[in-house]
Parts: sequence; C-alpha cells; structure tokens
Amino acid sequence: MNATTAALPSASLAGAALFSAVIGLGLIVLSGHVQADALHAAAHDVRHATGFPCH
Amino acid sequence: MLTSGVIAGFLAGLCAALMQFVLVQPVLLTAELYESGEVARGASAELVRAVDPLRDGLSVVFSGLVYAGYALILTAAMAVASDRGLARIDGRTGLVWGIAGFVTVQLAPAVGLPPELPGMAAADLGARQAWWAATVASTGVGCALLGLGRGWTPWGAGILAMAAPHVVGAPSPDAFAGPAPPELASLFAARALGTGLVAWAVLGGLAGALWSRDRVALGLARA
Repeated sequence: MNATTAALPSASLAGAALFSAVIGLGLIVLSGHVQADALHAAAHDVRHATGFPCH
Repeated sequence: MLTSGVIAGFLAGLCAALMQFVLVQPVLLTAELYESGEVARGASAELVRAVDPLRDGLSVVFSGLVYAGYALILTAAMAVASDRGLARIDGRTGLVWGIAGFVTVQLAPAVGLPPELPGMAAADLGARQAWWAATVASTGVGCALLGLGRGWTPWGAGILAMAAPHVVGAPSPDAFAGPAPPELASLFAARALGTGLVAWAVLGGLAGALWSRDRVALGLARA
C-alpha cells in the first residue's frame, strides 16, 4: 500500500458496502421477482434461464 | 466499489446472455411450442433457433441487470471480508467467491426448484419465490460461515444453514403433468445451470480482480 494515500476508514467502507448491497438487492428483486406484466414479459427469458421462479 | 461491481456484473451478464442464446434459448423456444399447443405432446419437433431482436435485446439488458445486482452484493461482501481481515481478495480467490455465489443463488435453489421450462407444472408462485429467497439467504450465510469461519462451530452452523431449506423442502406441484417434454426439461435445467456456473466464475474472478485494484487505490491496509 502507498503510505501517502489516505486510508478509507472501516466505517465508511461498511457504509459503501451496505449501499452497494442494497442497490444490488433492488436490481435482483426488480429483474427477477416483481410480477408487473411489462417487467415480467421483458425479463421472461432471463428469469427462466437464471432459475428464478417465473410463472 | 459500485463501479467495479457494475462492470463485473455487466460483463458476466453479457457472457450469460451469449451462452443463453446458443444453449438455453432454443430449448425454451421449443418448449413454448408445446406449452401453447402448437406442437402436440409427443409430436416431434426440432430445436427452434430463431432471433427476435427486441426479445433478445431485452434478455441482454436484463441479464446485465441481474448479474450487476449479484456483483454489487458480492463486491460488498468481498470488501467487508477483506476489511475485517477475514479473506484475501484477488482474481484467483474471487473465482472461488464466484463459485460460492453460483451455489448460493442457482445450484441450491435448483435442488428444490430446478430451472423452469415454460409449461412445467409448478406450485404457487408466491410460495416458490419465498422458498427461493429463504434458500438463497440461508445458503449464502452457510457459504460465508464455511468459507470465512475458523473452527468446527461456524463450519457446523454453515452446514446446517445450507441443509435447512432442503430439510424443509421446496413447494411442489399438485401433479407432475405439465406439457413440457421431460427430454427438453432436463436439457434446459442442465444448460441453465452450466451457463450460470460460467457466468458466476467470470463474475467472481472479475469482481475479485477489480476489488483488489480498488483497494490499492482507496489505500486500504488489509488485503
């Protein structure tokens, strides 16, 4: 590690990790689980191919 | 962290989409002929290889979104584990994380709910989604305990967490009587899982390599 670089404190790293995980979860729920007709039709083939319960 | 996750996820999603078009989509399109009744049950049919730009384009977009979602969660877990000194993250170890991700979100749920071909008989959707989510959560905790824990207590708890959803059992259909031919269904399940394994290996390796680069840039002490 470069000693002159300011280290990111663990707390802000944990915050960034939580933010990243929440966005990730949102993407998965939207593309994999939400049953709104338009979304279901658009994501249909990917849902089947990636093993989400679909119909 | 966000950028790394999104890049790794979209590239893995692109790999998954390409493999889906070659291996999985023809089986799916053929099964739809049986589902709609266009081809009678028991009648012969060749695998359909058709390109539909809108439908396939949406598949690329959603494949990217699904894997970007997974990548953001995986990268977050890698960052926390590496910050706590529980794991060393790079491209090679990332590969193992990716395979654990595949086991968590595809293989373990598939033991109870195999990737569905259109037209397969299945239990109530809400019940299946709930079992899927619970299985993913439990298997993810199990993988983390097995991979990051030290000693038999976390390992034993990890094995229990991974086994629990299968002891409870997935919701099953009232009758095994869907119109999808079993030959297509087994081909579909095997190809969907194979595609998932490759995509997750790419995802884990890339996420690990990108995170180890980020870590240096952010000046984080621990590997």
